[in-house]
Amino acid sequence: MVGYLARRLVGYVVLCLVATFLAFTLAAATFNPIGLLRQRQPPPPEATIQAKFHELRLDQPIPQRFLTWLTGALHGDFGNTWQGQPITDELWRRAGVSLRLFLLGTVVGILIGVLLGVLSAVRQYKPSDHVITIASFVILSTPVFVLGTLLKYGALEVNDLTNSDYLKYTNESTPGFEGSWLASLGDRLRYLVVPTITIALWQIGFYSRYQRSAMLDVLGSDFLRTARAKGLTRRRALVKHGLRTALIPMATLFGFGFGLLITGGVFTERIFSWHGMGEWLVQGISSQDTNVVATVTLFIAVMVLVSGLLSDVLYAALDPRIRVRS
Amino acid sequence: MTLMRDDDVTASAAAVETPAEVVSRGRLVLRRFRRRRLALAGLVVIVLLYVLAFLAPAFVPWNYDDLDYEAFLSAPSPTHWFGTNKIGQDVFAQVMRGLQKSLTIGLLVGVISTSVSAVVGATAGYLGGVANRVLMWVTDLLLVLPSFLIIAIASPWFKGANWLVFVALLAAFNWMITARIVRGMTLSLREREFVLAAKFMGQPTWRIITKHILPNMASLLIVDATINVGVAVLTETSLSFFGFGVQPPDVSLGTLIAAGTGSATTYPWLFLAPAGFLILFVLAVNLVGDGLRDAVDPSSGGGR
Repeated sequence: MVGYLARRLVGYVVLCLVATFLAFTLAAATFNPIGLLRQRQPPPPEATIQAKFHELRLDQPIPQRFLTWLTGALHGDFGNTWQGQPITDELWRRAGVSLRLFLLGTVVGILIGVLLGVLSAVRQYKPSDHVITIASFVILSTPVFVLGTLLKYGALEVNDLTNSDYLKYTNESTPGFEGSWLASLGDRLRYLVVPTITIALWQIGFYSRYQRSAMLDVLGSDFLRTARAKGLTRRRALVKHGLRTALIPMATLFGFGFGLLITGGVFTERIFSWHGMGEWLVQGISSQDTNVVATVTLFIAVMVLVSGLLSDVLYAALDPRIRVRS
Repeated sequence: MTLMRDDDVTASAAAVETPAEVVSRGRLVLRRFRRRRLALAGLVVIVLLYVLAFLAPAFVPWNYDDLDYEAFLSAPSPTHWFGTNKIGQDVFAQVMRGLQKSLTIGLLVGVISTSVSAVVGATAGYLGGVANRVLMWVTDLLLVLPSFLIIAIASPWFKGANWLVFVALLAAFNWMITARIVRGMTLSLREREFVLAAKFMGQPTWRIITKHILPNMASLLIVDATINVGVAVLTETSLSFFGFGVQPPDVSLGTLIAAGTGSATTYPWLFLAPAGFLILFVLAVNLVGDGLRDAVDPSSGGGR
């Protein structure tokens, strides 16, 4: 078990580094901050441009610049943006904002998605199955930026109807909010509701489809009939023997789904003006900042790595064959 | 004959019931597909959307970049079916133009990326050894790299360039998962008698791959290409939404939705018209893909 996870971990770390290196190289080769600097009105003096050129180490080859950045990053210093602000402080704040959204959305999405998938498989071709199937098809066909916008205006309608402003849909907390720790948590939760629904809805659609077919595969199997024949109640047989087996293929999907979620997160953050990693990435690309792009890529890669590892652990926990083999 | 191997049993079962008729695999799949109402409806919608996107502009007096100086932000009316935007462009003409672009990009990317995954997966699986390891490593790497990020970073490269560069980039990041599935299937196919026979008869490798291995997964590839069209349209519109995709003055559904998002409550037609067409198309593609998958799946039951 430990050997199996260790092998996976080494593989993931190498992939992480290579992915970050490629993103850094691509960004460094494409971006031209000096060009942006020259376009400023009034144009900065040539000496300033030259100083900036050296400060950004643009005269060095890209692999060397990557190594400098990576050495700093491993020591907890992710460098500066090309305008000179330190990235590291910004990173932790933004990572907190994004993770809050992603984790809550993922947990809600997986739980409800699995539940609906099982429901729809157990009552196959009943009205509930048709409703769930069609609803997930519609959600999966709706891009996040449309879904988010629709929910945002839905929240506006709800607020109008109830004559309140309970559902917040821009920013991640009230600017300048003062209060106790608990009050501030409550404030943040209000801002979380609509964006979390946006993220979770998509995942519910995604996971319920797969869970439905995984469950259907299991439902007809001999071991489930045996379990029932031995006298287990239907519910117990379905949960302990059926669902547990049907969750095994899903475990791999959870890791993969988290990677997809990050792209969805970029849009959700943009639509609800959250100042998270996704928004930062788009800003970094627009302002042609190699360090920001590399930092966000590393963050995304590490997230995918952690979720991949978690799904490996889950896989091993669910499937005894994996544990025995290694 | 080998092509039908999996379905010999089901096909002959059907033949027993109605002895006068021998059902070929193609007919069987077609029959099963026809029984799925939603999938059929999806197919009709897709065909109609393609026809609409390419024919409708001929019947509308407005071009997508024409300006109507007498109607700014006007609501839908007989003159402007979907209203106008704030500089007086006809939204219907724009949506049709965007639909054209998105549908063309979707179709091209779907076909190209499925072809790439077929070739890469089959080559890796059939050759094994170093080729397998290198190709699968590249596949894993591309899976880790968020495609959205790479295409977004590379977007300055195709700012002035042809939109076909954009198509190539989208296709380059859309083939990896299917390639893995194709490889897995190839691993079992390459030990089968008909492949070994072809090999010992001296057929070159590329011929074995294209003539003996890939036709055996035609159904998987067709389903995959269909679903990829939907995925490609979603990726294209997402990138265009952020301005990393189709570049102005050209429009795609993504750029139109981006322009309409801010005024979705005040001038809803700017947002709802392109978003509605986008959802309709992707939904239709997904329904067809799902129906096809069930129809080609020999285990899905129902001999006819």
